[in-house]
Formats: sequence, structure tokens, C-alpha cells
Amino acid sequence: MFGFLKNYTSPFKLAKIGIMGMNVRNCRYISPYNPRELYPLVDDKLQTKRIAMKYGVTVPVLIGCIRHQHEVGGFTSLIGDRTEFCIKPAQGSGGKGILVVAGRSGDHFLKPNRQKITVHDIERHISNILAGLFSLGGKLDKVLIEELIHFDNVFDGYSFEGVPDSRVIVFRGFPVMSMMRLSTARSDGKANLHQGAVGVGLCLNTGRAVRAVQFNTPVYVHPDTGSDLSKLQVPHWERVLTLASSCYEMSGLGYIGTDIVLDRDKGPMLLELNARPGLAIQIANAAGLLPRLRQIEKLLKDDPRMTVEERVAYSRKHFGVYQE
Amino acid sequence: MMSRKSYYLIITLLFLLGAALMLYRNIAFEVPWFPSEQREIWSVEAKIRFSANQENQPVKLSFAVPRSQRGFTVLSETPSSPGYGVNFTQDKNQGRAIYATREASGPQELFYTVNILKDPAARDQEVKIPRIRFSEDDDITTSAKNALITAARGRSADTATLVTELYKIISSADQNAKLLLKDTKASVLITDLLLRAGIPARVVNVLNLKDKRKRQSLEDMVQFFDGEDYFLLDPRDGSFGHPEDVLLWEYNSTPLIDLTGGSNAEASFSMARKYVPARTALSEKFSNTELINFSLDLLPLEEQAIFRDILLLPVGVLVVVFLRIVVGLKTSGTFMPVLIAMAFMKTHLLVGVVGLLLIVSIGLIIRFYLSRLNLLLVARISSVIIAVIGIIVFLTVITFQFGITEGMKITFFPMIILSWTIERMSILWEEEGARQVFVQGGGSLLVAILAYLAMSSLLIQHLTFNFLGLQLIIAALVLMLGNYSGYRLTELKRFKPLVDELSAQGQPGSSGKISSGD
Repeated sequence: MFGFLKNYTSPFKLAKIGIMGMNVRNCRYISPYNPRELYPLVDDKLQTKRIAMKYGVTVPVLIGCIRHQHEVGGFTSLIGDRTEFCIKPAQGSGGKGILVVAGRSGDHFLKPNRQKITVHDIERHISNILAGLFSLGGKLDKVLIEELIHFDNVFDGYSFEGVPDSRVIVFRGFPVMSMMRLSTARSDGKANLHQGAVGVGLCLNTGRAVRAVQFNTPVYVHPDTGSDLSKLQVPHWERVLTLASSCYEMSGLGYIGTDIVLDRDKGPMLLELNARPGLAIQIANAAGLLPRLRQIEKLLKDDPRMTVEERVAYSRKHFGVYQE
Repeated sequence: MMSRKSYYLIITLLFLLGAALMLYRNIAFEVPWFPSEQREIWSVEAKIRFSANQENQPVKLSFAVPRSQRGFTVLSETPSSPGYGVNFTQDKNQGRAIYATREASGPQELFYTVNILKDPAARDQEVKIPRIRFSEDDDITTSAKNALITAARGRSADTATLVTELYKIISSADQNAKLLLKDTKASVLITDLLLRAGIPARVVNVLNLKDKRKRQSLEDMVQFFDGEDYFLLDPRDGSFGHPEDVLLWEYNSTPLIDLTGGSNAEASFSMARKYVPARTALSEKFSNTELINFSLDLLPLEEQAIFRDILLLPVGVLVVVFLRIVVGLKTSGTFMPVLIAMAFMKTHLLVGVVGLLLIVSIGLIIRFYLSRLNLLLVARISSVIIAVIGIIVFLTVITFQFGITEGMKITFFPMIILSWTIERMSILWEEEGARQVFVQGGGSLLVAILAYLAMSSLLIQHLTFNFLGLQLIIAALVLMLGNYSGYRLTELKRFKPLVDELSAQGQPGSSGKISSGD
């Protein structure tokens, strides 16, 4: 009769490991550390870009912005003869509404999977974004057109379509956990773990893969490309962490998820900030967030002023898994 | 820290205030906790017969009638008497119905009907304690009476035992008692003796309430006072106390019937008992009370019906809050399930679920077509709204043609909400695949059904409508859930593989690694 219970674990075991649940995240971390009035800074990617540039944080180059329906027709002149670009809703969430154009073929545009789409399709997509189809609560939205990121060659074979991005959770300026999200055929090129992307837990000290999961179960090779995930190591790791950590000063938000991509030419770039980062990162790392957050809270009680470099050094020392 | 304190303070206050309001309703207005509770109402009809003395002459008859008293509340009274004018007065605390006519001849029949609620909460209203007064008798009688009192006194300690002893002596073969009872009724004699002994007492006329009895007459009992309280002594068996089914009819030493212009008046009584829902009985009882009555019963019926629905909403909301925060179910739209559940209340569950699934699935098909037309969002949603209305009209007409009137009920669905649901689900379908649509759609439907089950419970409907204090308690619960930082049930499942893995491999945090290739 209680057979179904074997699918559930005990809350005490979870608490012992220090796994963060949705309620404790909302109640104890997001609500007290993320002031509501700062949300627009991260919910609107245009604003994020603006403050990022102000604080000298590298972000993808903005080609243009479409704010009104009557500007939709000007889309072709806006992109000029660019063959690759990325269209995003300014207030989209969870990767919704992102359209990547990777090439052109005659009058058609090509998606990364070589699927042809027409100008008409793109304009419809832009109209949908403007009308608020992808924004929270259906609010009217803006469209960002950005230069496409050329991801670093070290990730060749680690991603199916899509850009592999590193998610670093930053608590009060300290990187506390990180993972890399690799899109797969199952996830349709998207980097969301619940859609089937592979989450690779990263050692905070070295940027090396700790372990990898897809749909909650450990995997050892990329399901589409067969690449050995244990060999994955994010280059420029120190710069990635520094970039993530400096997002704290930039946004003023105490508990954020920073999504960082590595461009072949420009190095680590901030893709977006998330004021409500998900919990799956704990599964990717096989570690709970709570002990680390408590450690930071305890630390900051005594010594409140630390520079970005000091914070990164602290996190690498205490939350790393590997020495080298 | 201050805000934490005030948070708990507010929750406590809401909880206490809510509980207090509910208790007040329960105690002061006797609103029962359960809807099935029934109350006993006695309907007593008195028939008075007499003959008019002369042809076509005025007749006036004053008839003692009962008032609310310990154990009983008078709900309504109706005199019926062709050709007579009737009004009610109060004479020496005794309620009286005055029947009068200008012309009466021959035998007359008057009626008086009263509905009485058996009401343990009812208290006596202004009982006048009779003064110690007794008539002077001849010496022999006086000494006989005094002898009885002295005898009884000798064997008694207080009023109660004195009454018992007096009754014992009177009903025994005592010489004096026999002499006195020769031309006096026992009740009158006992009253006289009690008065002489300094105990206030009077003869009262009572009605023994027995279901379906006809042509009963009033019986006399002795009402004697011990301090402020009184007791009724039955002169037939000597028992005294506050008998349950005894209604005081005439209890102020006044005549039962006072007739001028007629003679041979006599009253007979018939009675019947019925059980009615407590609410019906009590709304009559409190129809004109002076208590602070913040009750929805005072509103017109139509508004009552509206509030019946509105007050159920917080229950549905509580269910949603619980399922989302503690269980962790995903729904499409936070409170959409509550609105669907409200519609289920009107359609009933099966018709509601079938209707909803039909509308949403047909709507999804139409929406998929619309998505090809490259419309702006607002226009597209509006088209979906019109399509949903079309579907509802179509389904209603079709089912009606087949003679299924249940089909008519799907008009209760909130069309705008449904259209948004369809829109959101179709986007979900395009973005995240059919699986998420079924997860979230199924979650919403499950939450809606659970909210419906909670809201359709008769007990909950009774409590929400009759105890407004419950709303405060629900508010307190919602606030409490707002601070719940424990794990969700779904998270226990989500993290189960991780926990198993970690506990299988030992230390948490440092295991489950990919073995490095080098």
C-alpha cells in the first residue's frame, strides 16, 4: 500500500546533505537578498546589458533592438548582410523565444540545425516577442538582436547545436557552485536541464568536470557526440569566476545565477543573470548548496569587506573539489 | 527581526480573532458546527370553545399564551378566529391574546397556534416571584395546616427537603391532610402550605408536550422558588425540578381564560413535533435580535447565494497554496484551477471534467491552426476566446439535441481563463513538448478536482458561510504556508536518486565523480 513511498527520500536525509529546496530558496535567500526593485535589471536583458557595460562586464554585442510592431519591417535593414545573429526577447525566461540564425541560403535563413526559415517566419517570431508571448505575465516586450557567439573550440563535441554555457551561482559576491549546461538532441538544442540538457558539475577551483547528469541520472559521455565528459575543463576559469563574482556589485542582487559563455575571441561573456536560479545544479555537482551558503553568511558576519579577487580566491579554496 | 515578530503576531491575532468570531457565532447565535444538526420545533394549537350569552352581543375573551422561557423559544404565533379581532398584550408578565367581536351568538370556536423551538439556550424572561400572601382560614383549618408544616419542618433541612416532606405528608394517610384535601386540589393546598411556610410559590398551568396528541388539557403544577431559581413540583407524583417537555403556559397567577359576554369556556390543545435544519430554526429565532449580528443571513437571498460562492474561494485558494508549496504540483496559471473548480461546482464533477477536456482539446486544435496565421498575440487570444464560445455553444446545442441537459452547464466555465489556458498550453506544447502539457495540464486538473472536492463538501460550505471567522483562520494558514521553508513532496522524489547515490558511495559532496581519464 505504501509502495509508492520508495520513490521518495526522507526530508531529513536531504537536510543532512544540505540540499536546497525551492521553498527555502525563495524564503531564506531570494526574498531577503534580492531586493524586488532590482529585478527589472535582470529580467530585462537590455537593462542587464546596459549596467554590464557600465561596470565593464563583457557581454555579447548588441546589433539592434526592436521595440514596436511598426519597426518589425525594418528587421532586414537592421541586420544588414549579417549571416548569423541571435534574436531574443528582452524579458524571456528559461531560454524561451530565443531564435538563433546561423547562416543564410538564398532568401532563406538557416537555423543551427540547417532548417530553413523565411524572413516571414522571423518577423512573426519578432511580433510574438513584442506581443509578450515569451515574457512573464504576457507583458509587452522588446526584441534584442545580438551578434552570435562563437563558442570556444575546447567545447567542440560537447554540445549538440546550442551554446554551452557555464552557470555560476553567486551568493553575496562569492561563487558557490557552478555547472556547465550542454544542449542535446533531446533538449532540442536548449540548455535547460529539465528538457534533457546535460548538466556537468564543475570544480570551483579548477573548472574541471566533477560529474554529469541527464534527467537526474549520471552520464559519462555526451549522449549525442559521445565525447568523454570527464575531460571537460572550462578554460580561463579564473576569469569566468571573476566575471561571475563582479555581477554582485553590478546587479546588487545577493543570490543570482550568472550564465557565462566562452567566446573564441573575446573570452568569458555574461549572457544573462537569473534572480531565481534553479536547483538542478546540486544534482549536477552531487552536493548541497546550503552548507556553502551558511559558510558565506558566517564569514560575512565577521569581515564584511572583500574584493572580487579575494572572494574568488576564497571560493576556489573552500568549494573546490580538485587541487589541480 | 522586527518583521518576523510582527509576522507571528499577525498570524496569532488572525487565528485568535477568527476562532473567537467562530465561537461567538456558535455560542451567541447557536450556529451549529455541523450542517446536519436539526432542531425540534413544537407546533401547538389551542382551541377555545364557549357559548355567547346573548344573540349578537359583543364578546371579549382574554387567553393566556406562553412566552419564551427556560428551554423554549417562541418562534411565531398565529391566532385564527373568523369574525374576531385579535391583539396581543402583556398582563402581569403573562402574555395574553385578546379576542374581541361586536356580534356573537351561539357556540364559538377560537384558535391559537404557536410554534415553539425547543432551545436549551433559552432563559427565563423576568419571572416575578410571588409575594407571600395567603388567605385567612377558620381556626381548625389553620391549625391543621400549621400542624402539617411543623411536622414537615421537623424532618427537613432546606427548601427542597421541606417540599418533599410536605408532599409525603399530604399523600399519606395523615388525618389533617385528608381533612384539608377534602375540598381543595393538591396543587392549591401545597402552594398554600408553602406560602405559609414562607416559601414563595404559585400554581401554574403547564402543557405536557407529547407528539401527535389531540384534545389535551393543561395540567397544574406548583412552581416554588428557592432564592432566585424556581422548581416545578408535580402534584401527582411529588417529583420536582425542571422537567424537559413541560411548557409553562399560564404562569403568573392569572386566569387562563377571562371571558366577558360568554360562558362555559374551555380550551383544548393539540400538538405536533417536527424537526427542521438548525439554520432554519435559528434564523427565525434571531430574526430580530439586539446582539451584534454580522451575519449573511440578513442579506437578500440572491446576495446570500453569491456570497456562498465567494466565501468558498479562500478554501480553494488554500488548497492551491498547499499543493503548490508543500506538495509542489505544477499548474498552468496559479489560480486557474480554483476558477475551474468553481465552474465544477455548478456543472458537477463528471460533466465538468468531460466538458473542460473537450473545450481545451478542441481549442488547442483551433489554436494550432491560428498559430499559422501569424497573428498578433492579443488578436490571437481574442480569436481563441471567440472560438471557445463557439465550442461551448456548439457542445450545448448538440448535447441538448441528444436530450442531455447536462451539456447546458458547460456555459459556467470562465471563458477568458480557458482561452488563456489554451494559449499557454499550446505555447508549452511548441516550446517544451507534449509531455509538459500533460504534466502541467494534468497538474491543474488534479488541483482543480481537489479544490472542487474541498469546496463541494457540505461541511465546508456550511462553515464558510456561517462562520466568517473561518476566513481569518484560512488567512492565517495561508500566511503560515508562506513561510514554509521545508522540502516539497516532489523534491523528495526529485533528489531521491542523488541521495541514494551519495549514501551508497559514502561521504556527501566528494563522491559521484567521473573517474578522471588520466
